[in-house]
Amino acid sequence: MTRLAHTDATAEPLSTGSEWTFELIQRYYDEIARIAADFGLDTYPNQLEIISAEQMMDAYASVGMPVMYHHWSYGKHFLATQKHYQRGAMGLAYEIVINSNPCIAYLMEENTMTMQALVIAHAAFGHNSFFKGNYLFRTWTEADAIIDYLVFAKHYIAECEARHGEDKVEELLDSCHALMNYGVDRYKRPQKLSLAQERARLVEREEYQQSQVNTLWRTIPRLMEEREQAQQTPRFPDEPQENLLYFIEKFAPLLEPWQRELVRIVRKVAQYFYPQRQTQVMNEGWATFWHYTLMNRLYDEGLLTDAAMFEFLHSHTNVVAQPGVDSPYFNGINPYALGFAMYRDIQRICTEPTEEDRQWFPQLAGTDWREALDFAMRNFKDESFIAQYLSPKLIRDFHLFSVLDDDQNARLKVSAIHDEAGYAEIRRKLAEQYNLAAREPNIQVYEVNTRTDRALTLRHYQHQRRPLANSVHEVLKHVARLWGFTVKLESVDDEGRVILTYDCKVEKRHGL
Amino acid sequence: MFHLIDRRLNGKNKSAVNRERFLKRFKGQIKEAVARAVKDRSITDIERGEKVSIPVKDINEPTFGHAQGGVWERVFPGNKEYIKGDEFDRPQSGGGGGGSGGAGDGGEGQDDFVFELTREEFLNFFFDDLELPNLIKTQLQQTTTFKPMRAGYTSDGTPTNIHVLRSLRGALGRRIALSATPMEDLNAAQEKLDELLETCDEHDPQVIALMAEIREHKGRLAHIPWIDPFDLRYSNRVRVPNPTTQAVMFCVMDVSGSMDEMKKDIAKRFFILLYLFLERAYEKIEVVFVRHHTQAFEVNEDEFFHARDTGGTVVSSALKLVKKIILERYPSNDWNIYVAQASDGDNWDSDSPTCRELLANDILPLLQYYAYVEITEGEPQNLWYEYERVAAQYRHFTMRRIREAGEIWPVFRDLFKKAGLGERSAA
Repeated sequence: MTRLAHTDATAEPLSTGSEWTFELIQRYYDEIARIAADFGLDTYPNQLEIISAEQMMDAYASVGMPVMYHHWSYGKHFLATQKHYQRGAMGLAYEIVINSNPCIAYLMEENTMTMQALVIAHAAFGHNSFFKGNYLFRTWTEADAIIDYLVFAKHYIAECEARHGEDKVEELLDSCHALMNYGVDRYKRPQKLSLAQERARLVEREEYQQSQVNTLWRTIPRLMEEREQAQQTPRFPDEPQENLLYFIEKFAPLLEPWQRELVRIVRKVAQYFYPQRQTQVMNEGWATFWHYTLMNRLYDEGLLTDAAMFEFLHSHTNVVAQPGVDSPYFNGINPYALGFAMYRDIQRICTEPTEEDRQWFPQLAGTDWREALDFAMRNFKDESFIAQYLSPKLIRDFHLFSVLDDDQNARLKVSAIHDEAGYAEIRRKLAEQYNLAAREPNIQVYEVNTRTDRALTLRHYQHQRRPLANSVHEVLKHVARLWGFTVKLESVDDEGRVILTYDCKVEKRHGL
Repeated sequence: MFHLIDRRLNGKNKSAVNRERFLKRFKGQIKEAVARAVKDRSITDIERGEKVSIPVKDINEPTFGHAQGGVWERVFPGNKEYIKGDEFDRPQSGGGGGGSGGAGDGGEGQDDFVFELTREEFLNFFFDDLELPNLIKTQLQQTTTFKPMRAGYTSDGTPTNIHVLRSLRGALGRRIALSATPMEDLNAAQEKLDELLETCDEHDPQVIALMAEIREHKGRLAHIPWIDPFDLRYSNRVRVPNPTTQAVMFCVMDVSGSMDEMKKDIAKRFFILLYLFLERAYEKIEVVFVRHHTQAFEVNEDEFFHARDTGGTVVSSALKLVKKIILERYPSNDWNIYVAQASDGDNWDSDSPTCRELLANDILPLLQYYAYVEITEGEPQNLWYEYERVAAQYRHFTMRRIREAGEIWPVFRDLFKKAGLGERSAA
C-alpha cells in the first residue's frame, strides 16, 4: 500500500467495539467521504438503508431492485435463497447496491461496524462512482429514472393482471423473460426514460403501434402501383434485426396493445441490466480496489483499530481468493480477484514500473495513477479492459493458461501458458472470453414471410461451430407464443450455409 | 450528500406474492407431494410443513445457450505443470470442459429443486381436495390459543416482571444469614475488648490487635451487599392452552378385502379431518384404532392402515369392542368421546339390526359425536338402512355415502357448526 501524505497515527479510532450505531455510521461515512473526495472519486448522492436479513433475501430475489413487478420466478429465487441461507450453506451478500440517483446501498443490520464501513466504501463509493463514470452505464441506463420507471412498470403490470387475468400476464412475461438477453440494441443509443413522458405517451404509442402493425398485415387488395412496389421489396425486415424483443413489440401481428407494452417493459429492464453483464470484472474490481484503498487509508490515519483492520482483511481476503483450476473450490475466474488485481497492477505500473512494464505499457509507466485508473474505469468494458490492461506480471501471478477444446480432436490441447510467447495470446483469449457476443449465441431476426403464412425466421450465426443447447426448443415455443405464427430457426455456419433448422409450428390462429 | 434510512420496520414479506405465484404455478406437483406426505404421515402428525421437491427441468426458465461442441478455447488460472503443446484427455464430467478436472461452469445441479411448505400452506393443499368452507379452513389453521396464568416466582426473567416484595424479602433473608457469623465474632471481640479495657490501657498491643479484629469484622459486615442479583425474583407466568379438556377419538374401519387402497386413503383423510378438528377443541387427544372384519382388534396406526385382511364383515364386533374400551378406559364423565367409522357398507345381513341396537342403546349415549362414512359407489345395503334409523333418533350421529374426498366434509358439518363443544348433546 502506498503511504500517502498526511499520515496521522495518533488520531483516536472512530470506534472500538463491533456494534454499529447510527451516529457511528454517520462518522465513518463522513471520514470515508472525505478520503474518497481526496482521491477524486465522483459519485451520485448516497442513500444508505439499514435492512434486516429477511429484507436482504427479498431484495435478492427480485434482482436486487427495491421495486419490481410480481413474477413466479422471483418466488423461486426467494425460496432457493432462503433454503441456502437457513441451512447456513451461504452467507448473504453484505451489500446490494442499486444504480440509481441517489445511489441506494443496503446495509444489513447483522453486520459489524467494520463490515458496515467496508460496505460503505465498497458500494457507496466504489460501485457508485463506477455507475456514474463508466461509459456503458452512462449510455445505457438512466440512473435518475429507473426507480420511477419500475414503479410505473409494476403498476402497469398489476393493472394488466387485474384486467386480463394473472395467467395471461404470466405466460407473456415467461416468454419475454426467455428472450430477455435478446432485448437489447447493442449499438444504438436507447431513448431516455421519464415517468411523466412514459405515462403521457402510453396511449398515443399504443394506438400508433397498432396502426403500424395493421398496415403491415393489411389484407385488403392494394392499389396497382403499391402492388408493384411490394414485388420490388420481397424481404421484411430488409436487414437482420438483433433485438428480438423490439422486433416482436413492433411487428408481431396478433399482440394486443397492452401485450406490446409488457414486451417493452421487459426490454427496458433487460437494457438496464445490460451494462452490468458486460462489466463484472471492472465493476467489482473497481469497488474492491476502493474499499481496500479507503480502509487502508482509514487505518493509516489511526481511525481504525487493529482488530477492525484484521476483521476487514479477513473478509477482503475471502473476497479476492482465486482457487486454481485443480482446486475443488474452483468455479471459474473470480471477477473480484481479477478486477482487483488489475486495478492494483495499473496503480503499480504507474508508480513503480519495471522494465517489462515500460515496454508493455509505455503510456502508463510513471504517470499519475489516479488519472490512469479513472481513465480505465470510464472508457472500457470487461473485454476491452482486459485486452488493454492485462499485464504479463498478472498472467504470471495468476498462472493463466489456455486450453483448446476442439470437438474434431480427440484430446484437449494447452494452447498458451504464462510465458514470453504466450502473454499476448492469453490476453487476447481471456478478453474474448468476456465478449458477451461470443458467450451468447448470435441469433437475429432474418425474415418474415409477409405474403403467405406469416412465419418468422430467426438465424443463428454459428461461431466456432458451437451448437445451440437443447433449450432452443423451449425458447422457440416462447417465441411462437409471442409471434402468434410459425417460427423457424436456422443455424448458419461460418460460410453462410444453413446446416440445421428448428421450427415451432403454430397451426391455427390464436390470440395469446 | 447522504441519507441514512432505517428500513427495518418496513414490511419484510415483499416476496410473499412471488412465493404465492410460485406455489400456484406448481400446484400440480406440490399437491402430489402433499398427497404422498398425507399417506406417509400419522394422522396425529398432520400439522407440519413439508419438504417438496420439483424436478429442476420443470422449473427452469429456458434461454438460448450454447451446448458442448465446436471449438472452445478457455483461459484458466492456476497452471502447475502444463507447457504449451501439452495434450490431455477430455474430462468425463462434460460440464465445463477443458481444465484438469475442474468443475466447469455448466456441470451444476440436475438435482431437484427442494423447498419447504409452511404449515399453513401444507394444510391449505391438504384441504384443497376436501372442499371445506373457508370459515372452517381458517378455524382449523388457527394454532391453539394460550392464556397466560400466574405460576409462582422464578429466579430469572425480564426486568419488567421483577417482583419487588419477594426480591427484597429474599435480600433481607440473605443478609441475615450471611451476617450471622461475622456478627457473633464481632460481639465476642467487642466483649473481650470491653473486658480488656478494664485492666489495660488503649495502647496495649492486645487491645490494638483486638481493635484491628473488630474493624475487620465490621468490614466483613459492610461488604454484605444490600441487594444482590441472586435475590431477584420474577413473577412467573406460564401459557396454558385453552381449553384444557381431553378427548378420545376412535377410528373404526372395515378392513375386509373389499376395502382397497383408494378407499383406505379417503378413510384416512376422513380421520385426519376429525382429528384436526378435535385438536382445536381439546388439549389432549388420544386416538384408538379399531379395525375389523368378522372380528375386531385394537391395533396401532401402522397396522390399521397397512395390514390387509380378507373375509366377511361383522360390524357389531367392532362396536362391541369400542364399547368395551370406553367402559374400561375412558369413563365418559372424564372424556369427550368421538367415533369415526369408515366402511364400504358391507355387513353380514343379520348383524345390522344388532349394530343399531348396540349404537342406540349402549354407545351413543356415551358419545359426543359419531360420524359414519360409507365409501362406495354401489347401492346402499342393510347396514345403511339400519343406521338411518339411528340417525333419525340421535342428532349427534351423522352419516354420509361418499365416492371421493371432496364429499367428506358434510359429515362434519353439524360438528363444526357448533361453536362451543363443551356441552353434551345427547338427544
